[in-house]
Amino acid sequence: MFENLDATFLARAQFAFTISFHILFPAFTIGLASWLAVVEWRWLKTGNQVYADVYRMWVKIFAVTFGMGVVSGVLMPFQFGTNWSRFVDAGGNIIGPLLAFEVLTAFFLEASFLGIMLFGWNRVSPKMHFASTIIVAVGTLISAFWILSVNSWMQTPQGFQVGQDGLLYPTSWLAIVFNPSFPYRFVHMVTAAYLTTAFTVAGIGAYYLWHRRHVKHARVMFGMAMIMAIFVAPLQILFGDMHGLNTFKYQPTKLAAIEGLWETQRGAPLVLFALPDQEAETNRFAVEIPKVSSLILTHSLDGEVKGLKEWPADERPPVAIVFWAFKIMVGIGTLMAATGLFALILHFKKRLFDTRWFQLWCMALTPAGFIAVLAGWFVTEVGRQPWIAQGLMRTSDATSPVIGTSIAISLTAFVVIYIFVFGAASYYILKLIGKGPESIPAAYGDHGVEKPPIVSDLVGEKGE
Amino acid sequence: MFSLENLVDLPMIWFVVIATAIFLYILLDGFDLGVGILFPFAPTDQCRDRMMNSIAPFWDGNETWLILGGGGLLAAFPLAFVIIMPALYIPIIVMFLGLIFRGVAFEFRFKATGKARRIWDASFHFGSFVAAFMQGVVIGAVVQGIEVEGRSYAGGAFDWLNAYSIMTGFGVVFGYVLLGATWLVVKTDGETQAWARKSATYAIGFVAAFLAIVSISMPIMNADIRTLWFSMPNFLFLVPLPTASLIMLIIIWRDLHAEREIRPFLLSFGVFLTGYIGIGISMWPYVVPFQITYRQAAAAPEAQSLMLVGTIILLPVILGYTGYCYYTFRGKASHEHESAY
Ligand code: HDD
Ligand code: HEM
Ligand code: HEM
Repeated sequence: MFENLDATFLARAQFAFTISFHILFPAFTIGLASWLAVVEWRWLKTGNQVYADVYRMWVKIFAVTFGMGVVSGVLMPFQFGTNWSRFVDAGGNIIGPLLAFEVLTAFFLEASFLGIMLFGWNRVSPKMHFASTIIVAVGTLISAFWILSVNSWMQTPQGFQVGQDGLLYPTSWLAIVFNPSFPYRFVHMVTAAYLTTAFTVAGIGAYYLWHRRHVKHARVMFGMAMIMAIFVAPLQILFGDMHGLNTFKYQPTKLAAIEGLWETQRGAPLVLFALPDQEAETNRFAVEIPKVSSLILTHSLDGEVKGLKEWPADERPPVAIVFWAFKIMVGIGTLMAATGLFALILHFKKRLFDTRWFQLWCMALTPAGFIAVLAGWFVTEVGRQPWIAQGLMRTSDATSPVIGTSIAISLTAFVVIYIFVFGAASYYILKLIGKGPESIPAAYGDHGVEKPPIVSDLVGEKGE
Repeated sequence: MFSLENLVDLPMIWFVVIATAIFLYILLDGFDLGVGILFPFAPTDQCRDRMMNSIAPFWDGNETWLILGGGGLLAAFPLAFVIIMPALYIPIIVMFLGLIFRGVAFEFRFKATGKARRIWDASFHFGSFVAAFMQGVVIGAVVQGIEVEGRSYAGGAFDWLNAYSIMTGFGVVFGYVLLGATWLVVKTDGETQAWARKSATYAIGFVAAFLAIVSISMPIMNADIRTLWFSMPNFLFLVPLPTASLIMLIIIWRDLHAEREIRPFLLSFGVFLTGYIGIGISMWPYVVPFQITYRQAAAAPEAQSLMLVGTIILLPVILGYTGYCYYTFRGKASHEHESAY
């Protein structure tokens, strides 16, 4: 059944599926942890119960998504070995320490203080609880720091030499960690996570406002999210542009695929729509604006932009995927910035919280961040092909000696199980949203530990 | 570039660090998984609530030691990592599938009501069981040796599967049951505790039996191990190990009957330690038995040096706040859970 699928293809499909699944959760929890810290701070500062309710509702959703992030993440470093053993063999001296630092500086921190954040409400002082929330939030950012450093090094490798045995040896850790694409990727990804969270929270706030439920709480959610949309969404376009210029400099092949440009030319056009045809090395049904690509990338109307034909056919990425994934991401980024603009206008008209069409608009954008994040990663990863580490090793040379049948079976198992688990998580999150912030009793978080005996405890004891 | 190569024996230190991380994982997640394996056998649903509560704040931190063990192996001994992972592809992937079911159960079980809750009970139990069993299979397969050619795995997809690795699979399951049951003796009281105590006494018998089988079979299977253990004066140095585990098992048994709470748990750690050291000595100096030594597999000194500095600074901090978390959630676990859950 799987004979005609080669092991490399399956290994890639499995890695892509599991990492795409994983990134959905960090993309949400990185933003949510920081937002929860702000909400808890507002609560400690103002003593306003609304903030406490909002915190308690969202910390439960946080718990579910964080748990999903952990169970899907634990697998990932091991998959480097199961799927890409020859890459790890060659590059282990470099990626190994970075991954180890992620475990030592981030994962233990997150995992330990998560326990206090979720279950410690009555066990530690409010200040300590607040500190735990902050620590978890910082932990998620440290986590992103290291893993994005690894990934960026695979995009723009430097700081090493190739030994006589063909393995890579580090020569400068600073150069490795802060490789050329890393600062851009880190900033762009963290901002992406914040926006993903903001638009999810906004969508649910809008849903409550639409149904006129939990209005006080909904205003907090919706209002805070709109602040993000107003200020951060435009910034993201700027960061994205800078990221793109960095790619133009270091990974011109990827950039040519992003822009859908086949010929090297001065005054390259911006391709708005096209069906790139890999075989014929051309675009079909292209709609273009002359010279705009050159303007964006070189800041001059007739700057030179290299086209895909500059490189041999076996060094080009699959153009259509990269081209379209980029369009999707940028499209969503534009919608997000537009949302910020509308929010600003409605705010000055004092109609931010009761404009019906805007609530519908925000509800529709609830999943936008997730789609943009996935699209962005598809640009990044597919655009790097055929290399697993740009210019150093081809993906097809990186595979493990594992037979296709094993991978095919495990991939099927992952798909089935992830769909099941994801379905359950979505179901419980929707249930939490359905219940809303107000129905939740005050003493959240004490389960798992014994409190001073109270009536329910004693009743329970009898029941045992 | 910065390197501590000339000051210390880096590969040796890293061997100890990785071995310790893996051992801590076995102990810490061992009791979590043991609780999961025992889960359906508990007398009432309230007991089960307590059991789950007793580990809910800790399981994630405990599982992180697995990532440190695996990630650390990748970082410090990449060659071992890239040989072992493909060789044990199936048991490792199945283990992770088990850990997924185990992990999500913590979040979903308290949110589910009625029949749906049974799904997550089962997910918790079978997830824990499968993960524990596969870890045992991995250990059994590794100690039997791995086929290597050049720098990669050269065996088939099912080389790990044989009667011996299935035996070690069950051995680890019962070992974890002992850890889990003695943990519950510490963290619960009343009916749950009485039942946990009884379960622990049963587990002792099985653990003793599996330890005996492993100790006898390893020297029989491998001539090098035989000479290692049964030549003088090694024998005199090594004999205290099995003796110590036997004595500890007897003390645990008596403590359980004397209703002591904490010592059985700590002594179960001791039993694991003697077993682990025993296996470690038999495998020495290989990280991929019996093909690649820890020196051959070591990462570049620059990589090992950097990580060593990081580890020396960060590990005490990690142990500090891990201790703080256990201290925060000290005392007996309650059966209560928040009604919105
Ligand atoms: C909410 C999510 C989100 C939004 C709205 C945007 N991006 Fe993005 N983008 C990401 C989320 C993201 C990401 C998931 O974070 C990626 C994948 C890898 C990375 O570094 O960031 C990414 C990658 C990425 C890359 C690939 C860089 C490379 O790998 O070489 C470019 C060129 C851009 N982005 C540019 C943009 C532009 C011009 C945007 C303006 C509209 C934009 N992005 C909006
Ligand atoms: C930041 C850490 C990441 C690292 C170290 C990493 C590394 C890798 C590796 C080793 C491969 C296999 C080689 C290949 O086919 O390119 C790969 C492929 C892939 N990754 Fe990533 N990745 C990371 C993040 C992500 C994320 C978050 C996504 C989310 C969508 C993603 C999407 C993909 C896809 C779609 C492929 C398949 C590309 C193809 O086969 O054409 N990656 N990545
Ligand atoms: C191949 C790439 C990746 C690997 C090997 C990996 C590994 C892991 C592991 C082992 C965990 C579980 C940690 C625990 O037990 O607490 C985890 C969780 C997490 N990862 Fe990833 N990861 C990858 C990609 C990413 C990316 C691209 C990001 C973000 C930019 C990210 C951010 C996080 C965060 C914030 C968590 C905490 C759990 C959560 O927030 O859901 N990871 N990852």
